[in-house]
Amino acid sequence: MSARAGTLTHWAITLLVPVFNLVAALVVSGLVVLVIGENPLEVVQLLVWGAFGYGEGVGYTLFYTTNFIFSGLAFAVAYHAGLFNIGAEGQAYLGGLGVALACLYLDFLPLPLLIPAAIAASALFGAAWAFVPGWLQAHRGSHIVITTIMFNFIAASVMVYLLVNVMAPPGSMQPESATFAETARMPFIHEMLGGLGIELSRSPLNMSFLWALACCVLVWLLIWHTPLGYALRTVGTSPQAAVYAGMSPKRLTVIAMLISGALAGGMALNEIMGSQHRLILEFTSGYGFVGIAVALMGRSHPVGICLAALLFGALYQGGAELAFEKPKITRDMVIVIQGLIIFFAGAMEHLFRPQLEALLTRKAASPVTVEEGQPSG
Amino acid sequence: MGEFGIILQVLDSAIRLAVPLLFACLAGLYSERSGIFDIGLEGKMLGAAFAAGATAAVTESAWIGLLAAIAVSVALALLHGFACITHRGNQIVSGLAINILAAGLTALLGATWFHQGGQTPQLVDTARFRELVLPFADWASALPAVGRVYAELVSGHNVLVYLAFLAVPLTWWVLYRTRFGLRLRAVGENPAAVDTAGISVTWLRYRAVICCGLLCGFAGAYLSLAQSAGFIRDMTAGKGFIALAALIFAKWRPVQALGACFLFGLLDAMAIRLQGVPVPVIGIVPVQFMQAVPYVLTVILLAGFVGRAVPPKAGGVPYVKEGR
Amino acid sequence: MERQAGAPAIELKDIDKRFGAVRANRDISLSIARGTIHGIVGENGAGKSTLMSILYGFYRADSGEIRINGKAVEIASSDDAIAHGIGMVHQHFMLVDPFTVLENVVLGAEGGLTLAAGLEKARAALTALERDYGLEVPLDAPVETLTVGQQQRVEILKALFRGADILILDEPTGVLTPAEADHLFRILRQLKDQGKTIILITHKLREILAVTDNVSVMRRGEMVGTLLTADATAEKLAELMVGRRVLLRITKADATPARTVLDVKNLSIVDASGVVRVDDASFTVRAGEIVGIAGVAGNGQSELLEALAGMRPFSGGTVSINGTALDPGAPDAAALREAGMAHVPEDRQRIGLVTPFDACENTLLGHQSDPEYHRGLLLDHGAILSRTRDNMTGFDVRPCDPKLTASLFSGGNQQKLVLAREIERDPDLLIVGQPTRGVDIGAIEFIHKRLVDLRDAGKAILMVSVELDEIRALSDRILVMFAGRIVGERDSSADEGELGLLMAGVTDTEAA
Repeated sequence: MSARAGTLTHWAITLLVPVFNLVAALVVSGLVVLVIGENPLEVVQLLVWGAFGYGEGVGYTLFYTTNFIFSGLAFAVAYHAGLFNIGAEGQAYLGGLGVALACLYLDFLPLPLLIPAAIAASALFGAAWAFVPGWLQAHRGSHIVITTIMFNFIAASVMVYLLVNVMAPPGSMQPESATFAETARMPFIHEMLGGLGIELSRSPLNMSFLWALACCVLVWLLIWHTPLGYALRTVGTSPQAAVYAGMSPKRLTVIAMLISGALAGGMALNEIMGSQHRLILEFTSGYGFVGIAVALMGRSHPVGICLAALLFGALYQGGAELAFEKPKITRDMVIVIQGLIIFFAGAMEHLFRPQLEALLTRKAASPVTVEEGQPSG
Repeated sequence: MGEFGIILQVLDSAIRLAVPLLFACLAGLYSERSGIFDIGLEGKMLGAAFAAGATAAVTESAWIGLLAAIAVSVALALLHGFACITHRGNQIVSGLAINILAAGLTALLGATWFHQGGQTPQLVDTARFRELVLPFADWASALPAVGRVYAELVSGHNVLVYLAFLAVPLTWWVLYRTRFGLRLRAVGENPAAVDTAGISVTWLRYRAVICCGLLCGFAGAYLSLAQSAGFIRDMTAGKGFIALAALIFAKWRPVQALGACFLFGLLDAMAIRLQGVPVPVIGIVPVQFMQAVPYVLTVILLAGFVGRAVPPKAGGVPYVKEGR
Repeated sequence: MERQAGAPAIELKDIDKRFGAVRANRDISLSIARGTIHGIVGENGAGKSTLMSILYGFYRADSGEIRINGKAVEIASSDDAIAHGIGMVHQHFMLVDPFTVLENVVLGAEGGLTLAAGLEKARAALTALERDYGLEVPLDAPVETLTVGQQQRVEILKALFRGADILILDEPTGVLTPAEADHLFRILRQLKDQGKTIILITHKLREILAVTDNVSVMRRGEMVGTLLTADATAEKLAELMVGRRVLLRITKADATPARTVLDVKNLSIVDASGVVRVDDASFTVRAGEIVGIAGVAGNGQSELLEALAGMRPFSGGTVSINGTALDPGAPDAAALREAGMAHVPEDRQRIGLVTPFDACENTLLGHQSDPEYHRGLLLDHGAILSRTRDNMTGFDVRPCDPKLTASLFSGGNQQKLVLAREIERDPDLLIVGQPTRGVDIGAIEFIHKRLVDLRDAGKAILMVSVELDEIRALSDRILVMFAGRIVGERDSSADEGELGLLMAGVTDTEAA
């Protein structure tokens, strides 16, 4: 019996359940750390200090957070429409191609025009890579989980080929594109604030972060305040009701995937235009999958996604610090934590809910009285 | 070598490439037929491969490695079962979590325990599954056609290959001729019918999930103990998902699963054979595109035929007793 | 099993069961004599299904005692219930569609680890059972190819095969024609004569009066009375069920139909597997009249409604609503709504509402493109809220909370939400399926009255219902569907026997 939406109990449960899931995941991670022979408490200390303890660390944390906001939003939008888009990795990879093409060939444009062009390019290429799986699910019933995963692998092959044979400058042995001109790079936050007289440590944190936050607002508006968002949520909850309402589940599936892919492309903006300044191999390095954990923890809501993205940003930056200090714990530890979070926040999300509800509803006012003693006939 | 010889080579290669797919596909069959979708075949295979590689390196015994692989795979399967059956969680998310968990743990423990960047040490011969020469193979190889087929194609595989092929009729028999199979098929179509008949839906599904874990253990062990000589980071490379596609293509039936997996193996073998060899019209296909062939193929298969494939009716939906 | 002579087959003492805050069964005591047909009536949510689920081991009572043939027993699972000789025929059949009849019956009692031997023995046993009780069904046919009546017989066979002495039937006639229902009652009487005890759960008062020996009435989780059927009348039972006097009839003025709003000519619908669902149907619905389509579920009515509401393509014929022709291959519910159609679907929970959404968001369903709910590119939540509130007060939806999640409303209130949404848009044509399925009697009165009001306001209404009484009470004209065809048209004075024949496929020409 669920608590009535909007009450204090409902909000408490909405906030506490992810916290409990996180704690459970961390406890199990701690056990893994013990198995490796390290001290979990020390590990936690290092993680926190690495992420927030010093200026450069904070910068890096927020830089990673930017990536995770994009991939979290990407997964969340598709999830609202009932789709599991596991392909953010490949979609971001292709988005990188778009960004690189914009920065290499449109660099005659002044930055205020180049940035929107690059954003558009990243979105366009990312959406294009998401289009085929979306279309196949809508019109052929092909399981989108499998097709998007396949497209991740295909993207890897395609990009390797392009980087080795097409994008690499002539004579270069490196599988990467030419470096972007100075005027074709996303400004660093520390440089922007430096211009205003505020001193920040150097870090790759760049303007894409602001675009990520803007996307959060846009997604929030879209999902809960537009007819399209309503249609996406309806299709995701009840495709039959959607047909009843005159919506087209097929069209909406494709639209959801296009938006999702476009958001995933934002990761490329942050990495390629904002940090690497050239197209390189495997710059997505698993960030697409982190988005899944972020969206699940954040209950597919932009606010939750931001918080969860920050958490993971901290984990990644802290994890780098950790790997430096404790070589036994490689960066794969963060992947383990990621998997555990997806497990507890996604697969076992109801684990703590009944106890929490029982605990909290007993204290709240008496539940809604409904006719006939039982809801829904 | 002659064309016949080349064909035999390709078929031989196809069989070896199909085996891990076949084990994983049959594993998925048990689970999905009971109504539990499992996209975590990849993670179970990977975990199993690591366990096999690590254990075999330490004990220098392939069979103990296999046991370790099965143990890990079943453990992961029970995790999936716990989340999906007992806690009625989302089956896709659970499978995903297991995949990521396995990827992280195998890399982490591999690096920590063996210090080789995530690999397990190269295995000595005794720690691997070696090729078996079937009786009369040497004698038969002198004979034309059939004899050569027997000597080169049928004989000369490791024991896991033969077990994989045996698993097909065994699975068929279990599914269609035993009480367990009848109940398994029933619970995937209408769990309420099974429940009202006095059978425990939970225990039945757990058994299905354990069977899945068992077979994934074989799949993973094959990768690190037979196909390669040890575990390499992320060595499954999507095979678990390809097996899933094969399962859908085979419409969740054992004999068709054999056909589907063999088809994948064959096309993969042909692609490898064609590497560096000019193909009419296109010329030499870039190696990266060759590597992408299994994945592209999977997508094409899913696009072409899934429209008509009907999964077990109760698949993916947690069973909740009707609240009246 | 020890039997105390003369002990009732089933005795329930003070059975109590809670689900969270809801007390579904309150100290229920009930005694069912052996070799009788005992009816249990009550509205939806009265607790009768919960009680039977406890008896069948689906749930465990929180307190209370169960005695079977005089002996106290523990029923912890369906297995236990079966072991004690209790068999249940559920309202929604518990059959595995691709399996044969034999496989379905044998499931759970296969007689060994391998199937072969057990199946042979079962085949022999079943052939005997079929003969003894008149329950003939082809043993090797896949159950999905059988008629509903045959499927029900498979369910009974299942119970008998497992040795049931006590048979519980839950709403068995909802899917049967009057003639098939009579056949079922004959089987039940035969079973009774052979010493079986039968419990019949139903909300159809006339069935209770027709076939049972005793009847118990439940209301809001309590047992409010048990009487000899011979002493009971429909009015008495209805009063016990609701707790007050109930008007079982509606008074309505005669209809004055005007222009044609819905025009259907030679409509044919073929489903995805190539089966013809609707065959050459032609009819009209005019403004100011209610046309009711009677028929047993599964004869094409659902598909017909779906096509007319723009949810399903059709393969032949023409349909026009207010002059707008429907595109056969491209169903477009949005366009039809714009042409003046409104639709209250048969399955309100899955189709008419999005149950995880709150009442406000459900108001948007089907009307999400309506400018009234927009402010620029965004949704105008204020407008949606005020409209929802108006709907809820106008239709007496309780609790009157626009932010309450739809799943938490009772069946009747959910139906009122859907009706309010559709009617308040002032449609010209209202298409409604099973308007009062799962709705309590009080809400039924309300809904029926609103439908008549709508008709009197000059709107056209097309109604499909499996409840013949409802069709006869509300419709100005009655069409009967059988096997996808419209087999007869009558006016509202048609008698039940005549309609029953049509529903069973005995057409005008055959009957003549």
